[in-house]
Parts: sequence; C-alpha cells; structure tokens
Amino acid sequence: MSTSDPEHNRERDSEATFGDYGGQYVPEALMPALQELEDAYERYVLENEDGFMDEFRERMRDFGGRPTPLQRADRLSERYDREIYLKREDLVHGGAHKLNNALGQVLLAKYMGKERIIAETGAGQHGTATAMAAAHLDMPCEIYMGRTDVNRQRPNVYRMRMNGAEVNPVEAGSGTLKEAINETFRDWATTVETTHYVIGSVVGPHPFPKLVRDFQAVIGREAREQIREKAGHLPDSVVACAGGGSNTMGTFHEFVSDEDVDLYAVEAGGSSLEIDAEEGLAPNSATLSTGTDGVLHGAMTKLLQSEEGQIMESHSVSAGLDYAGVGPELSYLAETGRVTPVSVDDEAALNGFHRLSRLEGIIPALESSHALGYLEESHDELGDLVVVNVSGRGDKDLETVLEETEKRDLEAAPDVEVFDG
Amino acid sequence: MTDDSNAAPESTIETAIRENDPALITYITAGDPSLEDTKRYVEALDRGGADLIELGLPFSEPVAEGATIQAAINRALDAGTTPEGFFELVDDLETEAPLLVMTYYNMILQYGSEPDVRPFVERAAEAGLSGIIVPDLPAEEADPLREACDDHGLDLVFIVAPTTEGERLETIMSQVSGFAYVQARLGTTGARADVSTATHESLERLSEYDVPKAVGFGVSEGDHAAEIIEAGADGVIVGSALIDIVADSDDPEADLEAKAEELKRGAVRGAESLTVDAEDTPEPEQP
Repeated sequence: MSTSDPEHNRERDSEATFGDYGGQYVPEALMPALQELEDAYERYVLENEDGFMDEFRERMRDFGGRPTPLQRADRLSERYDREIYLKREDLVHGGAHKLNNALGQVLLAKYMGKERIIAETGAGQHGTATAMAAAHLDMPCEIYMGRTDVNRQRPNVYRMRMNGAEVNPVEAGSGTLKEAINETFRDWATTVETTHYVIGSVVGPHPFPKLVRDFQAVIGREAREQIREKAGHLPDSVVACAGGGSNTMGTFHEFVSDEDVDLYAVEAGGSSLEIDAEEGLAPNSATLSTGTDGVLHGAMTKLLQSEEGQIMESHSVSAGLDYAGVGPELSYLAETGRVTPVSVDDEAALNGFHRLSRLEGIIPALESSHALGYLEESHDELGDLVVVNVSGRGDKDLETVLEETEKRDLEAAPDVEVFDG
Repeated sequence: MTDDSNAAPESTIETAIRENDPALITYITAGDPSLEDTKRYVEALDRGGADLIELGLPFSEPVAEGATIQAAINRALDAGTTPEGFFELVDDLETEAPLLVMTYYNMILQYGSEPDVRPFVERAAEAGLSGIIVPDLPAEEADPLREACDDHGLDLVFIVAPTTEGERLETIMSQVSGFAYVQARLGTTGARADVSTATHESLERLSEYDVPKAVGFGVSEGDHAAEIIEAGADGVIVGSALIDIVADSDDPEADLEAKAEELKRGAVRGAESLTVDAEDTPEPEQP
C-alpha cells in the first residue's frame, strides 16, 4: 500500500541506502561500473583482500603523514572554560583531510585494474589531493573544475598541474562544484570501462558514500583513541564542518554508536539562511538545516532546491562548503537526530579563522573555520570536553580572507591594512 | 506483479513503433526558446513524419546530456519553463504521433507538494502523454515510478547501454515497456558523424529479444538512420541534430519538418535494403 511512498523501493537493497536516503540514481551506462566498484569495495576495503587496507594505511603513514595529532588548544580551553581539543587534519600531506579519500580511491582503482583517474573539484582541495595521489601511484589524472573556481583558486590549479594532472575548466552554469561534478559524470559515462571516478565527498551513488566514509573514518578512529588517552574518557561533543560531508562523516563515524557523545555538523550559513526562490539562489550552503528531500548526483538526500525541483545556486565564503547537496548518510543521521545540524554565517567563520590563527598559531581552512565559529557561539552547549576537527589548513584562503576582512568589521581580525605594505 | 518476460503489455508507444516500423522518434527540449515555439516545432516534426515525439522537461543538472542539449535546457530554463507550463503545452498539442516526456528523476519527485512520483504521473496521463523516459533512473530504483505508470497506462522506457550485459540485460529486457531505448555509444547525447560499432554490437546482443528497439545517442542524418535500421533496429531516436536546427535555423519549422522527412526516408531506405538483402547478405564469420 505504500506505493506512493518515494522511499518504498529502498527496501530492495538496504546496503545501498541509509534509511530513506542514498541509492543509485545514475544513467544505466554507469550501473555496471558501480557494481564493479561495490564488489571491489567489499573485497579490498571491507575484507582487506590482497592486503589492500594494509597498503593503504602504510601509504597514509609514509606519504600522508598519519596519524595526525589531537592537540589540546590551551588558549581556547581557557577562553571557553572547558577542555577543547583539535584534531589536526590540517597536518595531513596536502593540507587537508582530502588525501585520506583520494589516496584510498586511487589505490583502489589500481587494484581494480583501471588505467585513468578523473575527479571533480570545487575549491581545488580534492583536486590537489587526487593529483598528488595519482602522481604518487603513477596514474594519469584529469580534474574537472568550474571556471569560477579556476579563477578564484589559481594556486590550487598550479599545484594540480605540478603533479602532472590535467585541469579541465567547466564553463557551464555558475562554474562551481555542482557543474564540475556534472561534467565528471559525463566523462565517466564515456570512459567508464577504463576510468575510475574519484568522487571527493560522501556524496554520489552507492557505494561512494560508504567508500569515502570508510577511507575518512581514520579521523574519528584516531581521535577517539587519542582523546581517551589524553582525557581519560570520551568527549561530550564532537564538532566538524559540513559541506558534502566527508570530514564530517570521517570524524563522526567512529562516534556514532557512542550515544553520549553529541555530534554537531556545522554548515555554511553564508550571508543568510533565507532562500531567494525567485532567483533560484540560496545565499548559504546549509543543506541539512534548510534543505528538502530530492535526488541529485546519484543519491536521494537533502538538497537546496526550488519547489519545482531545480537545484539552487548555493553560496559560502568557503568554496569547499559551497554545495547544494550533502551526503545521504548525514541526511539520515540528521533526520534520526543522531547528528545535530547547525550553521554559522560567513562572518562567524571569518572570525573563527582569525581567532584560531591568533590564539593558537594555526591558520585553519575557511571550511574548518565554521566549526570554530560555532565553538565561539555555542560552547556553553557543548559540555566539558570538546573535540573539534580542523579539517584543513588555511594557506589557500589567505587572499579570500584578506578581501572579505577588509569589507567587514570583524572583532577577531587583525588590522589587515598592514598586509599591503 | 511482474509480467512474463518479453510479453510487454499493449501500449500506444509500442503500437506506434510496430505499425510504423521503421519508426522515427524525435526529441526536442520544451521551452527552447519558448513553449509557444515548442508547440509549432512539435507540429512540424509531426508533419515531417515523426512517429513518436519526446519532449524534454528541463532540469538544472542534466548529467546525461552533451553540450547541445545542455544549452537547449539552459535556454528553456532561462525562458522560465516550469513543469506546469510544460503540461499545459502538452494539453494543447494535438499530434498524430504519441508524446513522451524525458526528464530527470528529481523533477518527477518534486511535482507534488512532497517528494512523490504519483502527482507527476497523474498529470502526465491527464495531459495525454504516453510514456516517460528518465535518464538517471536505472531499473533498480524504478519500482515506485513503474507502478505509478502501470496504474495510469503510461510506458516507462528504459535505456540499454553498451555496458548493459548479462543479468542486468535480462532484467531490463524483461521489463521493457514501450520500447528498448538502445544507447548507441558510451557517453552523453549529441550529434556524431558516424554510427558507432557499439550500435551494431548492442543490436546484435538484443536480437534475441522480441521487443521494439530504437537507437539513440549520436544519430543525426538520414544515412545513420538507414544504417541503424539495417543493423536490426525498429526505430531511430534523433535529438541534438534537431536542437541544432532550433538554435540556428532562420526557419526552424520548415527545417525541422524537412529534417524529419530526411530521417524517416533514411530509415525506410534501411528497411528496404534489409528486405532485399535479407537472404543474400553473408554473415561475417570468424576464421
């Protein structure tokens, strides 16, 4: 009797879904490749066939710099009058957690006998991580990047090229992540027999959300062990920023069954949570907080969309969070209440950026700065022991931050005029 | 629940293909450059001999589409094309050729007040559409839409890709509704200069199934149509080549009609050479 229920067919394969979310909404031509990937995921990742996971961990140690530290933030602990610990994913090779997934997938592609790597990138962090991993494992690599992002993230374009990757600008639409993903899917639909698509977040059709989560889960696994060692018990809350959600799921996954640990996914509130339906614009990327259920890029998940189902242009000062969708597992965990979606606006994130730089000597990525912005606004609700994931470092964002800081009166900012001379 | 394999139920679409074999199926994007224009273009294609007409309902993220149809979709969205406007266009159309809607799954899900496929299907049936094609809905995810389509007598047309083989092919062929949309090559839609070898291989693979087969993705000329029909298809599907006319022609109606005639002639030529050659053509054999 539930045929009118859109989730009705979810029962066909609970492995492909998280409650009502997930699935495989892709062109038929890609389905055999997804099945092949599913098979490889089970054999190599879940069952460690041919020692795949051993090799992955070894390479993440020697090439990637794992494990990363869990550091007590002394000044922040003092400021908020509670214990604040930072998981330092900014110290992973390349400057962000992105390598965890990129290296895992490029290695998997190699085990699968694929000959070529493609990937999308928004800010360029996933693209640079994939280019590094492909160079490291000697695989040809092409990256699709929206024209707008190519123009505003020049240094990352050069980094990818330095590592031997080809960067293909995507002219369509607003020239950001969404368009880059569309174009990478189109390439894949053409080259699927020889090529692996290294998707950059816990998004896309099954098995990508699980595959990416499992490669990223090392963040939470390490953090959980480290906090028990340092503080003697589990944290009251864990905070991570959320765009597509790869650092979020990577940080949370190991804690999901620890019911006393609160999990906060901090989304980009942009300039406002209000949506301009007329223009099809969402001046934010707070998908979990404000989105509605629909299908994008292969999965049923929460989306920023118009009533008619057109996907909206999202916005965030942080390019890495600027996406109208979110991983289906996060939609599920938010729906069930296990994860609390929250958001902070551009200004709070910029203040978070400056505050961590000044107080702790760590320049965080603008993405991670959202988690730090939330810590400032809501630390009272987070309990006595808090772990915050610093998903990446902010060197890539310096130009944006200077520009955005000049436009505003930010309480945590230094005098940026001195940067001119 | 499931029909006997290969015994697809009677359908307007299947009948249209079988009675007009070799059939010409045309695609244009609704609302490019306006819904009023689309109405005239559809009528021109109908006059030109199209046996089935697919109308694209534009979605902002058309991942299966090449550059030509992407551009058409952008023009249609810029012109403010909405699902309701689309259905009103279909309400107004009186064509000899049955009409299908081609759109992405999210557009179908969002038509009602909450995510659900039924309101869309009900409205499609009411408007007189005969079927639905959803490029991002593989058979695995199709149960809700298939059931809704069955209830309203609409066909849900599935795509068979060059990579579709073995069990997947069996499954899809057992669910064929209307016709099997044979994707001529890997990749996205778009006019090409030749007929791919994948087309021949796919048709060969499908030859044992007694269902109407129509080939799309890259078909742009009468000669392609002839070659594809000769290779065993019951129909050809042409989209991007028509969109080029919509975008560039000074007289799109006349040119669309002429193009439809050219394609239909090509298809018929292919069918004729097939009857003539049927018993003479030596099968290429492996030494």
